[in-house]
Amino acid sequence: MHIPDGYLSPSTCAVTYAVALPFWFVATRRLKRDLNTKLVPLVSVVSAFCFVIMMFNLPLPGGTTGHAVGMGIAAILLGPWAAIVAISLALLIQALFFGDGGLTTFGANSLNMAIIGSFAAYGIYTLLAGRSAVTSWRRVIAAGIAGYLAINVAALAAAIEFGVQPMLFHDATGAPLYAPYPLSVAVPAMLGGHLAFAGLAEMLLTAGIVAFLQRSDPSLLERRLPADGRAGFSVRGLALIVGILMVASPLGLLAAGTAWGEWGAEDFADPAARAAIAGASLNAPPPAAVPQGLQHLSSVWTAPFPDYAPAFLKSEALGYMLSAFMGVGLIILAYLALSALFSLGRPRNGQHA
Amino acid sequence: MARRLAYALQAEDIAAEPGYLQRRDPRFKTAAMLVLIVSVAWAHQLASVWSFVLLGAVLAVASRVPLRRMALQAVLPVLAFTGLIALPALFLVPGPALATLPLTGWVVTEPGLRSGLLLVGRAEASAGLALLLVLTTAWPQVIRALGALGVPAPITAMLTMTQRYIFSFLQSAADMQEAHHSRIMAPMTGAARRRMIASAAGVLFTRSLDMGQNVHEAMIARGYRGQSLSLATWRSRPADWLLLGCAVALLAAVIGLHL
Repeated sequence: MHIPDGYLSPSTCAVTYAVALPFWFVATRRLKRDLNTKLVPLVSVVSAFCFVIMMFNLPLPGGTTGHAVGMGIAAILLGPWAAIVAISLALLIQALFFGDGGLTTFGANSLNMAIIGSFAAYGIYTLLAGRSAVTSWRRVIAAGIAGYLAINVAALAAAIEFGVQPMLFHDATGAPLYAPYPLSVAVPAMLGGHLAFAGLAEMLLTAGIVAFLQRSDPSLLERRLPADGRAGFSVRGLALIVGILMVASPLGLLAAGTAWGEWGAEDFADPAARAAIAGASLNAPPPAAVPQGLQHLSSVWTAPFPDYAPAFLKSEALGYMLSAFMGVGLIILAYLALSALFSLGRPRNGQHA
Repeated sequence: MARRLAYALQAEDIAAEPGYLQRRDPRFKTAAMLVLIVSVAWAHQLASVWSFVLLGAVLAVASRVPLRRMALQAVLPVLAFTGLIALPALFLVPGPALATLPLTGWVVTEPGLRSGLLLVGRAEASAGLALLLVLTTAWPQVIRALGALGVPAPITAMLTMTQRYIFSFLQSAADMQEAHHSRIMAPMTGAARRRMIASAAGVLFTRSLDMGQNVHEAMIARGYRGQSLSLATWRSRPADWLLLGCAVALLAAVIGLHL
């Protein structure tokens, strides 16, 4: 899971740093605001705890051992924002002084484990634990599932970062310059190990610590660092994430071929498209002619920007981005229109029928 | 855990040696090493990537860092990890055949071999250069140098304290393990060991929060108001500028000449 130097291209590293930077900024600002002088000592010791946790080797069913990352327990006990800072610091120390993970890939490792992992663990735990009592078994099970899924989500993110390397960065002979395996190899290889071993270690440790704290000091499961008292998604936070996703939308151009089942009527007449359809359908050849229903219905509506490519734009990437902006804008407009419609019949605050 | 503690203590001894890198200003040395690691990531040619491995070895010798130590802590672990990952690439990356393995009949392709050597070379060079930095510089100085290079003060303060408490917690964890081992009469089952480790981690978390609270109160008592000041005064020399200049020139050459 700790990506070493040399596996990701400089541009991938730069992108992961750029994505991680706003999260680090917001997390430290929130912690600084709420903890003030406590920020340095408290986050430092928790970060040291996260570091040490990563060195606990757990015996797993089947005779092997594995170590957890601690993202699950950090997010549950501290909340996602404090966990982001604590785990990122632990990862930086590991990269700088212990050679676990690279310095150029520190942004990617933090993005996967500290940011994606923490939010995934916190979200899943909150969802599954609900309003159950602090000492209930439901909390232990929720913590275990949150740890297991969070580390696998983080592994999936790392696998995607590995998997896009050979598509984007290769020399004239086709030799990959960085991680050499495509998504079809990187994703199953990464997830296999994490679903079978590392995920179990994270699950057992997270659930085990929650169960231990239920017996020894349940108050720790109730309180959270003040910065996470309002750990729900704020409108600004959501807007930031949506903004990043919109700017990153041209990544969709990297996908080769067409999505299965999303073929157009014209694809059935194009030999290259027919070959792609057959290749994606276990070599079953597509029908010789366009299916009648598809032919009829495909002419009912013509999209203004077919394939996310407005006719007036030459750049595919810009077309993708513009489509993303327009799509999000239309959704917001639809939401505002529906909100206005539903609020028409409701009395306003302070007004009584 | 014991191995990590031992490595950290040995690093302090090596950092005190009068070698080439030890005599450099930590700010310039840290910047130069980071620039070299970025250069390695940018290099595209096999020869240039492996030249950085050689450069690391030359710097190690000049800095009186035992090559055995470099091999044990960087070369061999990277070879074991990255080598294993790169191995299937020899056969999986499509391209012209280079050789066929006897018995299995697996075909080694030219792009596969090239890709594997690039990956291993990059990982070796980067790990070697990063290790050289932390072996030839006292760890608190590395963190202070990061502050001089623009990392915000609260982050460097947290890094300094985290680094200090890691060893304290590692010691606590090792003590807990020893205390537990001294009280059991027979090997534990897997489930019992899992319970023991989870309990130890829980205790460690409780202790870390208590320690954070105590340290905060002690800092406030000594006048801490949320800002950290460093008393370190560094003076750069021409040799420091030369080291950084060479590193930047290498990066420029790698990018400009597509090395």
